[in-house]
Amino acid sequence: MLFTTYEFMGFFLILLIIYYSIPSGCQWLLLLIGSYWFYYKADPRYILYLAVITSLTYLGARIIERNQMLQKKYLEKLGAELGNEEKKKYRKKQEQIRRFWFVSFLAATLGILAIAKYTNFLIQNINHVLDFLGRTEQISLIDLLLPLGISFYTFQAVGYLIDVYWENISAEHNFLRYALFVSFFPQLIQGPISRFGDLSQTLGKKHRLHWENIRDGMGRMLWGYFKKMVVADRIAPAVHLMTGNPDLYQGGYILVLMVLYTVELYADFTGGIDITIGIAQTFGIEIKENFRCPYFSTSLREYWRRWHISMCTWFKDYVFYPISASSIMQKLYKKAKKRVGAKAGKRLPIHLSSFVVWLATGIWHGASWNFVVWGLLNWIVLTVSEELEPMYRRFHLCVKFTDKWGYKLFQIVRTFLLICVLNLFDCYEAVATTLRMLGSVIIGGNWNIWNNGGLMELGLGMSDFCVLLIGVLLMIGVSFVQQKGSVREKLAGRSYPVQVAVWFGLFLTVILWGKYGIGYDASQFIYNRF
Amino acid sequence: MYKKRIRYAVTVFFTAGILLFILFGVQRLLMPKYVGSDLEGSMLEEYYREVKDHNVVFFGDCEVYNNFSPAVLWEEYGINSYIRGSAEQLIWQSYYIMEETFSYEKPEVAVFNVLSMMTDEPQKESYNRMTLDGLRWSPAKIKCIQASMTEGEHFLEYLFPILRYHDRWDQLTYEDFRFFFGKNPVTFNGYYMRTDILPAENIPKKRPLINYQFGERAYAYLDKMVDLCRQNNVELVLIKAPSLYPFWYEQWEEQIVKYAGEHQLKYYNFLNAAEQIGLDYSADTYDAGLHLNLTGAEKLSRYFGQILIDECGISDRRDEEDLAARWEIKLERYYKEIDRQKEIKE
Repeated sequence: MLFTTYEFMGFFLILLIIYYSIPSGCQWLLLLIGSYWFYYKADPRYILYLAVITSLTYLGARIIERNQMLQKKYLEKLGAELGNEEKKKYRKKQEQIRRFWFVSFLAATLGILAIAKYTNFLIQNINHVLDFLGRTEQISLIDLLLPLGISFYTFQAVGYLIDVYWENISAEHNFLRYALFVSFFPQLIQGPISRFGDLSQTLGKKHRLHWENIRDGMGRMLWGYFKKMVVADRIAPAVHLMTGNPDLYQGGYILVLMVLYTVELYADFTGGIDITIGIAQTFGIEIKENFRCPYFSTSLREYWRRWHISMCTWFKDYVFYPISASSIMQKLYKKAKKRVGAKAGKRLPIHLSSFVVWLATGIWHGASWNFVVWGLLNWIVLTVSEELEPMYRRFHLCVKFTDKWGYKLFQIVRTFLLICVLNLFDCYEAVATTLRMLGSVIIGGNWNIWNNGGLMELGLGMSDFCVLLIGVLLMIGVSFVQQKGSVREKLAGRSYPVQVAVWFGLFLTVILWGKYGIGYDASQFIYNRF
Repeated sequence: MYKKRIRYAVTVFFTAGILLFILFGVQRLLMPKYVGSDLEGSMLEEYYREVKDHNVVFFGDCEVYNNFSPAVLWEEYGINSYIRGSAEQLIWQSYYIMEETFSYEKPEVAVFNVLSMMTDEPQKESYNRMTLDGLRWSPAKIKCIQASMTEGEHFLEYLFPILRYHDRWDQLTYEDFRFFFGKNPVTFNGYYMRTDILPAENIPKKRPLINYQFGERAYAYLDKMVDLCRQNNVELVLIKAPSLYPFWYEQWEEQIVKYAGEHQLKYYNFLNAAEQIGLDYSADTYDAGLHLNLTGAEKLSRYFGQILIDECGISDRRDEEDLAARWEIKLERYYKEIDRQKEIKE
């Protein structure tokens, strides 16, 4: 049941009507039933994964919290009678117990994700090694079910488990309420990866019908549908055509592909998140923003602070900080400090931690080498630019134009093009093909596709290009306005006819220019597959 | 406070009205008009303009709307008839259209062309749309849509055709604007006139089939048709039009003969009567034997008209002033169209 299907629209509207018709105390329960129904409709077998991951993390958090409580009570009760050494010993023992349970439940939860997502990747690589060693035997691939959005809800659940272990939050005692946090349907299959502390508050509240929530939520959804159906789905067939026929489409086509795919990815993913946030808002539930005009970034570092924010902060909080603060890294820092000085020595553990994060980010995106290479390339660019930072600073001091808008525009375009190149690793599944295609930009020819009709052979007509141009300009315009505050709030301040005209115009645009219906193969959101 | 609420309600009401009006207008603009080409899409909707007091109504696919001329049936025998057929009209579509027709009128005879018995599954979306878009909303239409939808089709797209035709925005032509408010009829009581000739010379060979048995679904709808006619006191007459292909296999013929016998129905296979009808397949067809042209349709109508008079007891209504006046206008248009097509040919 994709967001763009009639079935989903019907499901959403029925759920919304029932939601505001029942006693507000039962609303969360309805959302839980709705969420499981939504996932069940995708494939009934997915439910098993969702339920197991929910149960494991719930149980793990409860056991850890129980141990924390016992420790607290014990020390409160017998604290005065115990010596400092005994207290320390007791705390250490309890900490070991908690760590045991934490690692066990974490391994079990991530193990499910690893088995479902990475088993065949592992087998393929073993087969490559066997092949390389001249062995004829090969391991057969396993027909494993990969549930939609498993990476998203697993990370959300793991984040909760870690937060409970770190005592950042208390464990949820009501299993069903916790199950809703993991399975809340708008964000189930493509995020954002919410934190328990943020989402559980708003999920558990009693929500009264507010016209503003409905208006703003549906407006946000409409904008998401515009991005997805008018822009992303219009580009998708051309991207599939080019990536599916790498021998035919080279040279100039690759430049077109890079730009088209980068626009598609933005429209698809941010559109999906707009729909997610909009749906949640109609139910009175607040989900944190996942993007802040990412293509206006002036550097790759800034881009990663604006793109897929929930994933980036997840990796930062739960992977980067623990690794960089680990005892191994501390030892490394001390050693490096002696050899290369305090300043450079401090950067080594950071770069190494960052390496692990980008490796994990790449693998999280997909079980194939292209994602690993994509992650590591990001790491290389970020590390090199950080190492060259003093040089940039000196350069900026020397030249006088760095604060001019023209230079900022140059930085934005440069960053956008860099992202376009990196995204190419997402297009082709094989790294070798991606590199060959990148090489073909220089030697592959096809430079006259702009005037020999080559562009028109991508399955997009002139009218499609016109719609795309308008769509992209509109997205840029809205992003500009967004930087100074909420577009919907600004619109709400305008007169009634203006508001009606804008929302109806957008609705009509989606209806007329959207790609849907018979003859069109409804394409999944790109991030559904991660 | 009360005044404010009233004002708010009126504003919302009018806004909704205006927006729906715009949406309806856009939908109407985008829907195919079926005037310049694919006239078949216009056929069924023209029935609603009729005064509904026909003696005979034909149901079926192109083998009825191409092969019978109600004008001849009127001129020669005083039979007031209408053809409710469209391209590749499936048997369940004919059944539901029959059900709808009987809600307007009860003709003396319902003629059903049996070629569609060969199809047991929904076929093509484009033909579905040509048949179903023109029907007025009724329980019969809803059932007809549900029975006809192919994979990928959605009921909502029939309810709101803008969802189906939204991507026509870049294919809009002058016709779409010209016929926005309405269009002239393209048929003559459901008859699709063609005066051109393409002789039936190279008829492809009959290919043997794996299974000649008509499907269960087709039989079920034929049974329903029989029941519906009996309940409405309408005589059901089965026919097979004299189109040379799609082939009408002997095994199919045997099944229909048997069925007609078992249900006491009249059945006429005009393929076996081509000589008596006087059909000349080198001159009476416009597409090499698939469909008859005007001369062929007129010959067949003369032949069948006599049968309707002799064997079904249809009465001559030429003495009814109102009806005759209506037909006078229709015949004028009919002959004008013949002249127009002849002029184009010349």
